[in-house]
Amino acid sequence: MLEITNLHASVGDKPILKGLTLEVPAGEVHAIMGPNGAGKSTLTNVLGGKPGYEVTAGSVTFRGEDLLALEPHERAAKGLFLGFQYPVEIPGVSNVQFLREALNSQRKARGEEPLSGGEFLKLAKEKAGLLRMDMEMLKRQVNVGFSGGEKKRAEMVQMGILGPHLAVLDETDSGLDIDALRIVGAGINAIMRSPGKAVLLITHYQRLLDVVKPDKVSILAGGRIVETGGPELALRLEAEGYDAVMA
Amino acid sequence: MTVATLPTRRDEAWRYADMDGLARLGAGALGQWQAIDVPAGESLTRCLVAGSDAPELHRFRVQLGEGARAAFFVTNAGSDYTRVEVEVRLARGAHFEFGGVTIGGANKQGGVTREFVTQVVHAEPEATSNQTVRAVHWAGATGNFLGEIKVARHAQKTDAAQDFKGLLLEAGASANAVPQLEIFADDVKCAHGATVGALDEAARFYMMARGLDPATAQRLLVQAFIGDAFVALDDEESRATLLDAALAALEGAKL
Repeated sequence: MLEITNLHASVGDKPILKGLTLEVPAGEVHAIMGPNGAGKSTLTNVLGGKPGYEVTAGSVTFRGEDLLALEPHERAAKGLFLGFQYPVEIPGVSNVQFLREALNSQRKARGEEPLSGGEFLKLAKEKAGLLRMDMEMLKRQVNVGFSGGEKKRAEMVQMGILGPHLAVLDETDSGLDIDALRIVGAGINAIMRSPGKAVLLITHYQRLLDVVKPDKVSILAGGRIVETGGPELALRLEAEGYDAVMA
Repeated sequence: MTVATLPTRRDEAWRYADMDGLARLGAGALGQWQAIDVPAGESLTRCLVAGSDAPELHRFRVQLGEGARAAFFVTNAGSDYTRVEVEVRLARGAHFEFGGVTIGGANKQGGVTREFVTQVVHAEPEATSNQTVRAVHWAGATGNFLGEIKVARHAQKTDAAQDFKGLLLEAGASANAVPQLEIFADDVKCAHGATVGALDEAARFYMMARGLDPATAQRLLVQAFIGDAFVALDDEESRATLLDAALAALEGAKL
């Protein structure tokens, strides 16, 4: 699904990723944990193609294609979904309009027929239901006036509607209370737990991993993956901290 | 008429005008005011898509009777100098609503200027007015809003608002907002605001990350930006006409 090899990336003149190598096969949920400043968000932004992040060496292959050669919207159409740590507010554009245009742009890029208004609403209703979000919220402007938890749930509804192959979720658990965490976690499982899909779950805390049980856990520090293990690695980190585990 | 009667940039209301475009229109165009009287208690809505490939000047002089209401909604998207002026006099309890969008690039040397010039005279008490103008420009084009609000000495409880936002898609484009308030009453509310900025890059990336191509993302963001100007227009068909005319002008804009 995703193969990252010796990835180096800079923001401005500052190197952040320094030889990151990681493979995520289909069917896997892979958690990335790491201390502040390790490069977690940079990894997300580089995978998404955000302007301002420069790849200086290495490669990223996504479903057999050179991901880095694609524009952000082309990456989305190929099946990459980026869950934002801070979802952006878009005043004046409703979620329904935004997502229908986004989905149909992706379908067009893949040579598929667009969904009609009725088909889209049926799909949106089903996916909103998974996240216990009512359609009234989807008729509102994108993320405007949403609480932190609502924004993260809305991100997962978007993921459900767009139906990606790979989701890169950047601290999707931040800003969530306990109940919302369970809803979001269950949503990730329902939408992405499938043999043909994969998740790169970037998080600081064990609590989301209690709900979305990862197959593998990697520690990102100093711009590289320094250790990879099973779910027990996250438990050790939670108990002992990064310094002790990485020592 | 002779060219000598054309105004100059020394006139405040013509400060940012395209004098060359005006000269091509000729001084005769200046005398062509459309007079509109809205009698007490009645209301009028006027929608206009202004602009073509020649200079245009539209001048409206509106009288609002007691409790009367007039609403003007304009898309100003010419590819040559296009100026829309509205002068309004409000009697007691009347309301004037103005929503305007200037949008476009410049396909000729020296740029293209599109402008709104309003003069809203609150002549009697308790009248209200609200003006919302959005300007979206690129490629050396200019959008202007010169909005004058006059509140007479006895026009207490006047409530007048004016809001301008400019969105510049490219360096070299410009937007000028000139609010002028002349208030002689002491119990009034007059609000005005003006901002000019670039497209929200965070929003654009967010939209692209969801699969929208750059042109569609830009169109949605511009649509949201100019939508404010037509919010007060209830008739959906007219609103769609104004928005479509504005968004059609966006084709070929800098991404």
